[in-house]
Amino acid sequence: MTKTTPSTPLISAQNLTCIREERLLFDELSFGIYAGDIVQIEGPNGAGKTSLLRILAGLSRPYSGDVLYLEQNITSTRDEFNENLLYLGHLAGVKSELTAEENLNFNLRISGYDSYQTSDILAKVNLSGFEEALAGHLSAGQHRRTALARLWHTNCKIWILDEPFTAIDKKGVEELERLFLDHASHGGCVIMTTHQDMGLITEPRLRKIKLDYRFI
Amino acid sequence: MWKWLNSYADPERSYNLAGKLLPWFACLAIALIGVGTTWGMLYAPMDYQQGDSFRIIYIHVPAASMSMAAYMGMATASFIGLVWQIKAADWAAASIAPIGAVITFIALFTGAAWGKPMWGTWWVWDARLTSELVLLFLYLGVIALYASFEDKVLAARAAGILAIVGVINIPIIKYSVDWWSSLHQPATIKITEKSTMTGDMLYPLLINIFGFGMMIGALTLVRFRAEVLARNGMRPWVRELAKTEAAK
Amino acid sequence: MNRGISYTSAFFTLLQRDLKIAIRHRGDIFNPLLFFIIVVTLFPLGIGPEPKILTRVAPGIIWVAALLASMLSLERLFKADYTDGSLEQMLLSPQPLAIMVLAKVLAHWILTGVPLILVSPLLAVLLHLESNSYMALMATLALGTPVLSLLGAIGVALTVGLRKGGVLLTLLILPLYIPVLIFATSAIDAAGMNLPYDGQLAIIGAMLVGCLIMAPFAIGASLRVSTN
Repeated sequence: MTKTTPSTPLISAQNLTCIREERLLFDELSFGIYAGDIVQIEGPNGAGKTSLLRILAGLSRPYSGDVLYLEQNITSTRDEFNENLLYLGHLAGVKSELTAEENLNFNLRISGYDSYQTSDILAKVNLSGFEEALAGHLSAGQHRRTALARLWHTNCKIWILDEPFTAIDKKGVEELERLFLDHASHGGCVIMTTHQDMGLITEPRLRKIKLDYRFI
Repeated sequence: MWKWLNSYADPERSYNLAGKLLPWFACLAIALIGVGTTWGMLYAPMDYQQGDSFRIIYIHVPAASMSMAAYMGMATASFIGLVWQIKAADWAAASIAPIGAVITFIALFTGAAWGKPMWGTWWVWDARLTSELVLLFLYLGVIALYASFEDKVLAARAAGILAIVGVINIPIIKYSVDWWSSLHQPATIKITEKSTMTGDMLYPLLINIFGFGMMIGALTLVRFRAEVLARNGMRPWVRELAKTEAAK
Repeated sequence: MNRGISYTSAFFTLLQRDLKIAIRHRGDIFNPLLFFIIVVTLFPLGIGPEPKILTRVAPGIIWVAALLASMLSLERLFKADYTDGSLEQMLLSPQPLAIMVLAKVLAHWILTGVPLILVSPLLAVLLHLESNSYMALMATLALGTPVLSLLGAIGVALTVGLRKGGVLLTLLILPLYIPVLIFATSAIDAAGMNLPYDGQLAIIGAMLVGCLIMAPFAIGASLRVSTN
């Protein structure tokens, strides 16, 4: 189901074709994602979900086609686009040699933020008391939360999240869902993949883009 | 310029264009190299100092001068491929690389074979031979990098960056090697003294240089056509082509 | 939410982080240094202890060992960031990639290049280097090793996504190191003969400036290919 908003799409795909190792993942894919949308990319393993997210984030270049941010090609407005993009891949981008606090601090600073309270943000992802612990010593879930903490301090409009719920417990998933809804209602959009069922964000609210595994 | 380039970016058209150009390059290459080599080997006067052994010049010099030209060609194609994202240019660069490497190897080999009667040894750290050796390493680097990537679109981009970095470095390497060699072995016999060459010796050489250029062009076109087919195996027109070729 | 981080601030944030990680992982600093020392000590064992011969070949040995040490240590420059996903975050940061890349290369040079420069006089003693060449040795290493790091980082950035990049890296970057090797060793030779060597130093300096300006962009472009 497509939500119709009169404004221009925040991010849109135009005739995207992706070929990996001589295999066609998707061909001539086009869609637009508007402020307020929460979009789930669906498809079996190997259908190209991660490839699509990486193309949308500008990390990968499609074989052909364009990704537009506010109707401008992201390759020509990369700086502006990056300022409004928060991407979390399945690699967390958390250094095991640094503490949770140092990791968050670094991630926020290279995104350009300069005034924040790391302890407050870490408290929101239930990492109070672990600020000084090396990320390498944290559990898988806590490790993931260290990466996700950035979502609580950002003014990026476009969130692209690859499997954000991996290793997160039920309560954590619910908190994240609330955060997504809140973000969408404040003019943002969320594009994600997940294999977990969500409790709060369900069908009419959630837009789905299906990728089929194709044989050629 | 952009429009023109773009129209040939279509794989099918560039494949057909390469097919049309191929006979011209091939015929010219065979004719020029045939004339130049026969003239040089049989009719050009003998060098009064080096005797008949100088005749290897008709292979060595064309190979050496074309080895550099082929690298320039490859780097230019890579640059076009990277900046304007034209895939045909990437394929062209990938097709030139091994040909350039072989030509460079021929230049090195003939240089060494020439060195034996000249200097009494197979290898001398002469500035030209040394730069040619480094050029061979640069070629091998590009080829090895292209081969290491599974995804050939990425491979072409990575190898393209390396080729461009190499092309910026070639003059610096060449200058430093010339300077190094003049520092370490002052004034040995120069391998070629252009000014002392008579017209009879020079013309076949020039003909062969052009001939080698055409030959590299022809070989590149052959490899380019193969590359286009390999990269577009999933496209309908390639399948059509395969069917009609198989039916023949 | 204020997002007013300046370029210099981003640069130092990254520099500080890389230094911090390396200090918590000390092996990364000492291994290339030990490699450098061991390679140099192997040469007298291979060519004999004759001081005259050693004096003659000392500049070449020290510099070739420095090239190899620099290349080996560079191999890990982007590897960790690539495998844990921080590299992607850097590519997506609104800060210019060239600045972040420069910070990483500088951090790497401080950790591996500087110790190498500091230990080189000791190795020069082992190889009976001419006493008037010491300054030239230190000066060429100080100007030359950053060039090696910058050029090498291009090769590393190109191969970081490959499973077996190690040997390939050698083929990619050692040919590019040749000019530095030639001018550095000739400066040391010249100094040994009491000749002026500022010309060679000036050329290495020019290479450093050229690399500082151009290499970060090549490294950035290579990283974008490798993370694709």
